[in-house]
Amino acid sequence: MQLTGDRFTSETAAFGNDLSTLPNFPAEIRAPAGTLPGVSSFQLQFADHDIMTPGDAPNVLVAMNPAALKANIADLPLGADIIANADEFTTRACQRIGYTGNPLTDGTLAEYRVSAVPLTSMTVEALKDSEVSKKEAERAKNMFALGLLSWMYNRPTASTLEFLERKFAKIPHVAKANITAFQAGYNFGETTEVFSVSYEVKPAPMKPGTYRNISGNIALSYGLIAASKITNLPLFLGSYPITPASDILHELSKHKAFGVRTFQAEDEIAGVTAALGAAFGGSLGVTTTSGPGVALKSEAIGLGVMLELPLVVVDVQRGGPSTGLPTKTEQADLLQAMFGRNGEAPVPIVAPSSPSDCFAAAIEAARLATKYRTPVFLLSDGYLANGSEPWMLPDVDALPDLRVTFATEPNHLGANGEPEFWPYLRDPETLARAWAIPGTAGLEHRVGGLEKADGSGDISYDPANHDLMVRLRQAKIDGIARDIAALAVDDPSGEAEVLVLGWGSTYGPIGAACRQVRARGLKVAQAHLRHLNPFPANTGDVVKAYPKVLIPEMNLGQLSFLIRAKYLVDAVPYNRVNGMPFKAAELADVITATINA
Amino acid sequence: MSTDLTNGHRHSFDLVPVSDQPQTAKEFKSDQEVRWCPGCGDYAILAAVQGFLPELGLRRENVVFVSGIGCSSRFPYYLETYGMHSIHGRAPAVATGLATSRPDLAVFVVTGDGDALSIGGNHLIHTLRRNVNLTILLFNNRIYGLTKGQYSPTSEIGKVTKSTPMGSLDFPFNPISLALGAEATFVARTIDSDRKHLTAVLRAATEHRGTSLVEIYQNCNIFNDDAFEVLKAPETRDDYLIRLEQGQPITFGLGGTRGVRRSASGSLEVCAGDDPAVLVHDAHDDDPSLAFALSRITRPNLAMTPIGVFRDVARPVYDDQMTEQLERAVAKNGAGDLAALLAGGDTWTITRPLADETITRPLADES
Repeated sequence: MQLTGDRFTSETAAFGNDLSTLPNFPAEIRAPAGTLPGVSSFQLQFADHDIMTPGDAPNVLVAMNPAALKANIADLPLGADIIANADEFTTRACQRIGYTGNPLTDGTLAEYRVSAVPLTSMTVEALKDSEVSKKEAERAKNMFALGLLSWMYNRPTASTLEFLERKFAKIPHVAKANITAFQAGYNFGETTEVFSVSYEVKPAPMKPGTYRNISGNIALSYGLIAASKITNLPLFLGSYPITPASDILHELSKHKAFGVRTFQAEDEIAGVTAALGAAFGGSLGVTTTSGPGVALKSEAIGLGVMLELPLVVVDVQRGGPSTGLPTKTEQADLLQAMFGRNGEAPVPIVAPSSPSDCFAAAIEAARLATKYRTPVFLLSDGYLANGSEPWMLPDVDALPDLRVTFATEPNHLGANGEPEFWPYLRDPETLARAWAIPGTAGLEHRVGGLEKADGSGDISYDPANHDLMVRLRQAKIDGIARDIAALAVDDPSGEAEVLVLGWGSTYGPIGAACRQVRARGLKVAQAHLRHLNPFPANTGDVVKAYPKVLIPEMNLGQLSFLIRAKYLVDAVPYNRVNGMPFKAAELADVITATINA
Repeated sequence: MSTDLTNGHRHSFDLVPVSDQPQTAKEFKSDQEVRWCPGCGDYAILAAVQGFLPELGLRRENVVFVSGIGCSSRFPYYLETYGMHSIHGRAPAVATGLATSRPDLAVFVVTGDGDALSIGGNHLIHTLRRNVNLTILLFNNRIYGLTKGQYSPTSEIGKVTKSTPMGSLDFPFNPISLALGAEATFVARTIDSDRKHLTAVLRAATEHRGTSLVEIYQNCNIFNDDAFEVLKAPETRDDYLIRLEQGQPITFGLGGTRGVRRSASGSLEVCAGDDPAVLVHDAHDDDPSLAFALSRITRPNLAMTPIGVFRDVARPVYDDQMTEQLERAVAKNGAGDLAALLAGGDTWTITRPLADETITRPLADES
């Protein structure tokens, strides 16, 4: 089903609609088909205008079996189209998931426009002369459905046909069967009277440029490769497989021609410590994981704070605590990223706001890590990781030059007047320490997790020195506030009384909700944080400028906790942790209620 | 000890730049005050390593010592090379990242029995099986020193310590057996006080490309004094030690009066030194079973303790293979082109906004 969704998305992207997707699948690899826990779905919204979310309430549901119908029917508005695979709605299958009769025929769906189509048997019939077995033929029913939908929505089909040729190049009879099924579905739509209408959704007006469709994990991977190029540091990824971050490991492992070294470590700790080892040697060290992996990596991230070496820690957040909801989205690792280490161990935090924004956010995380010699958290989440949207390709030559300068000369005069190298001598502007890599003659030095003397980096247990070093490490991170963009506020009227403040993947739903609220004639301001540590320098001014600050989050109020603590404003949290992104309509109602309260 | 194991493979440090000046031990001493307890076995190991490094003749700036946590892990601070004192148990993983990303460095790991075999056991075994180009010096004193005297994973069963007033319950690891079981390609044992033997083992270890594990019996004179004394005292050591030498019969006792041979059942047994069935030591044997059997021959009182190189075989090296994959990827498709990567598969171009006829067909096929 995920493949079918991907193909429809590609066709839609190629057609030029704006789009946003929400893949949703179980944590189990082959959960039993036909059961409610086994339902795998792919939600897509596309439009002839700019959209920000995968949509709240699908206008069309394609249900391949009764379980898929039951799992999704609650989301549909009355009057929505339901295309159901009639072959699968047997008495047994319906009863298995709790329907007493056949919902397609017993009036359960009277309020919807139901098209019951025997997708499986029509596919098998279409393939009766093919070389594939009956089982293989049945499997092609998804392609039949895709063909039908492609007809209904006037999607260009060439890319799907090419894709099937390519995907099954080694088994041509299967390629042929899938193509036949796809075309049979398309032709069925065209010739049958069952579907009285087909829809035309015109391309969306978008900024001139070259576009592609991209998911968050791929955009993030490309961002890291781009960061490697513009920092001129070879990329080293130390990682351990974990949902929903593994696709970054998979993607980066394909790009060895960019000098990318990917190390699938024995555990999360080895992943991050190997990345730190590579950073000591002058690589752009990266580790990718999800929340449980961050918990394991915490000690090593603290070591990175102490060593003052660049490290990008990517946390693709998922539902927690513990194993939680591996395939569902959540934003509940913010405070773990902020505080989850022993001692005073500040780490900058960067969060992308949409799937394609993961590219720029990854570059920003690498910029801060290399410039300030510090671990940096990049907080993505499951929704950004797997969701996709059109992305206007950036001009590669216009990416910023982030080349790093290694120390090559002594930087200090020793007691005897001889020049020597002090690894903890700091840049007065950034407070970043000198970074000399092995292989640099005359700058041999040792670093480690023990507290070190200011400047020389020698082990020091001196009380005053420790107090100084703790404050210096904090001041270095705090100072990043001078080096990041101010928090921008979208307040078209300039008269809003309510500010909606968000971070991360809620950007789309909050933005869509604000549009709905404004369409109701109400005034609302929106601001979205890319940097969560430190906050942009004007954050306090922004949140104090509005009588009410509403902070929606997919957690129990972590950003609102930080904002309230830091700026002493009575920010109002709105929280839901159901593993799914916010719905725009839900937020619009919350915002409206806040305005009217 | 034989050195020609390469079979056409690289030597350990073939990619590391060599110094054009003769070096001395003094140059490898850092300006940091050594802070081990007086009488600690670590001093002898440090002196041996500082004395041996000039023999390698590598540029000092291309040598890196990485350690974890524990008494032994202070080692990098005392060497005038690059170094990292990391976190408990993780030094092999740190070193793996460094060595695989920097083939021009000679990377050493210094660790102890608690660091390598308890908290870091996982990293040790995986590093060994990968065969990363590292030299691991495992100081085994069979006790936790830095935390003041708890039993370690190599402490003998029944050990009475602060945390085991009625004796320890857990069965100890045999580091040599463990390393062999973890597919190590180079496994050796030596003793802190025998500088000549220690240096010879270091020499063999640094000639081996891949992971070399050297267990060094090291005396903790504060918490486990004289743990290996029978292997050191002139009056007992010849009776207790089995000195493994490549191509030589496996004999021991003063004058080689006793030897080791296979019994009818295939296990090892003691025989006369001149028995025609005395085994000849071959560290290069691909089959690790004899090396493993030798690692198990020691009695609880340390009688029949083999020292020397148990195993030394060539196997592809993880970092070499990673580099080779990168080179192969470039050879196949050329160096990565970022713009081409970003454009990826299907793209479409909008020349001016609004009108639908401005949409062109997809530009590029998925490459």
